[in-house]
Amino acid sequence: MTKMPATTAKKLGLVIDLDTCVGCHGCVTACKGWNTQNYGAPLSDIDAYGADPEGTFLNRVFSYNVQPDDGGAAQTIHFPKSCLHCEDAPCVTVCPTGASYKRAEDGIVLVNEDRCIGCGLCAWSCPYGARELDQDAGVMKKCTLCVDRIYNENLPEEDREPACVRTCPSNARHFGDFADPDSAVSKLVAERGGIDLMPEQGTRPVNQYLPPRPKDTLDKTPPPQLQTVATEAKGFLGWLDKALDALPGGEKTETAKERL
Amino acid sequence: MHPAPSVIVFTALSGLGFGLFMWLGLGFPGFTGMAAFGSYFIAYAFSVGGLLASTYHLANRKNAIYSFSQWQTSWLSREGILAVVTLLVFAPVAIAQIFFQSDAWNWLGPIGSALALATVFATSMIYTQLKTIPRWNMPLTPVLFLLYAVAGGALLAMQAKVAGVLILILVALQWAAWMMGDRRFADTGTTKGTATGLDRIGTVTTFESAHTARNYILDEMVHIVGRKHSEKLRMISTIFLGVIPVLMLLLLPANMFVAILALVSHLVGVFASRWLFFAEAEHVVGTYYARG
Ligand code: SF4
Ligand code: SF4
Ligand code: SF4
Repeated sequence: MTKMPATTAKKLGLVIDLDTCVGCHGCVTACKGWNTQNYGAPLSDIDAYGADPEGTFLNRVFSYNVQPDDGGAAQTIHFPKSCLHCEDAPCVTVCPTGASYKRAEDGIVLVNEDRCIGCGLCAWSCPYGARELDQDAGVMKKCTLCVDRIYNENLPEEDREPACVRTCPSNARHFGDFADPDSAVSKLVAERGGIDLMPEQGTRPVNQYLPPRPKDTLDKTPPPQLQTVATEAKGFLGWLDKALDALPGGEKTETAKERL
Repeated sequence: MHPAPSVIVFTALSGLGFGLFMWLGLGFPGFTGMAAFGSYFIAYAFSVGGLLASTYHLANRKNAIYSFSQWQTSWLSREGILAVVTLLVFAPVAIAQIFFQSDAWNWLGPIGSALALATVFATSMIYTQLKTIPRWNMPLTPVLFLLYAVAGGALLAMQAKVAGVLILILVALQWAAWMMGDRRFADTGTTKGTATGLDRIGTVTTFESAHTARNYILDEMVHIVGRKHSEKLRMISTIFLGVIPVLMLLLLPANMFVAILALVSHLVGVFASRWLFFAEAEHVVGTYYARG
């Protein structure tokens, strides 16, 4: 049903630490791998070895430059983006078929592919570009929070977390229950000041982003520029320089000194 | 947004078809027999044709039956149900008028008219509800969809003078919507900074996109081709949509030839403006991709 549950018992989601993400795209690959072999239709690639390849991904990593307003050093920030499992998920209520739903038990937003008509309206309603219509299967794909890993008793305990979290080499991704104020993710968000993406859209995202910590600033004035010691080219090179300048097309009037 | 032919044809044609139904239900032009057949044929052809076109937008049509199930929350579902109910309600009215020259079922007409308008309203709400597309997300959007339907419907119902006046209002409101729409995105305050939450540090620019190839999001929602021609297209649309038909309808004597020419011009204008409706619409997801 596309009616939203009034509350969800748990609020499972991710914390993404923008301070430590190194932009390796490991999470992108792990996600594609797991979700191509498990829940629902595989994530297809179109023209995979051709001139214009494209494919379905549930997680993508952007990279941004941020220039601090106080004139400090610019920062490069890698920015993984996947479904935020919003509490007020517009992608659920717009769906005409009931394929798009939010689970009352843990807040995960999923697509039932046996009902989806591939109309794309849910993707239009998502501010974050988190849903991609699979061009081969014709059904909507989105992050499942690895619902088929986190409760999967066939996997060893340490693997019962989303594939992206499990694979991240820099520990930039954390998984947990935000409804529990004592969970590791809740504490992390409280401590570091978690960010809602596009709060003005009113979606109340569950996934939180931890802002990059401020970078070091130079506390003393930089050393003075080196002074030029030779302004006039001398010896053979000086002669060559003048001779070449004298040729047609050379910089006839300008001396090396003027050029500096 | 990507101006897909299927959704342009769907919204334009079904709007006109249901607009005509609205007039037929109220007893305009009040034909019976073969003439009534003509009117109902056009109304059914436009509305059903439009709805069929919309199914070409679906990537997985085999589940289409489920799309009638979520009327409690989904405008798309409501639109489907209202459309089918409207088409069914008009069936006995049309059959009685065409084959029995009878007005026995005409009492259903006004109910059908209200349903036809409700259908167009539901269509408009599919777009209006999307906060992610600020240009659509304003009260003028449903008003315009309804006016397009009722004005075009009047033209199809051969109510020349009424159509002329309605089209004048339509053009004025369409320009208001274009101009208000131009400011909508900026008014929402969404920037690359709010999209990434990095505005608290400083000015955000793109270093590298997440992917070098195109993808569904870019194809569908980051359509920028054609925006640069929007001024010209607005003028072209205005001329065909409004100026030519209004001059013909209000100044020339009413006859079949004038009506058909006015209608053809109006249709061209409707398609141009509907193309713009999609092509000009900026989706907030574009902020993740924009260079600046
Ligand atoms: S991020 Fe997008 S797809 Fe995910 S719940 Fe929010 S609105 Fe829906
Ligand atoms: S694409 Fe599928 S999940 Fe999305 S709104 Fe349409 S039917 Fe629902
Ligand atoms: S795997 Fe970790 S470090 Fe690598 S891009 Fe993903 S979140 Fe960043």
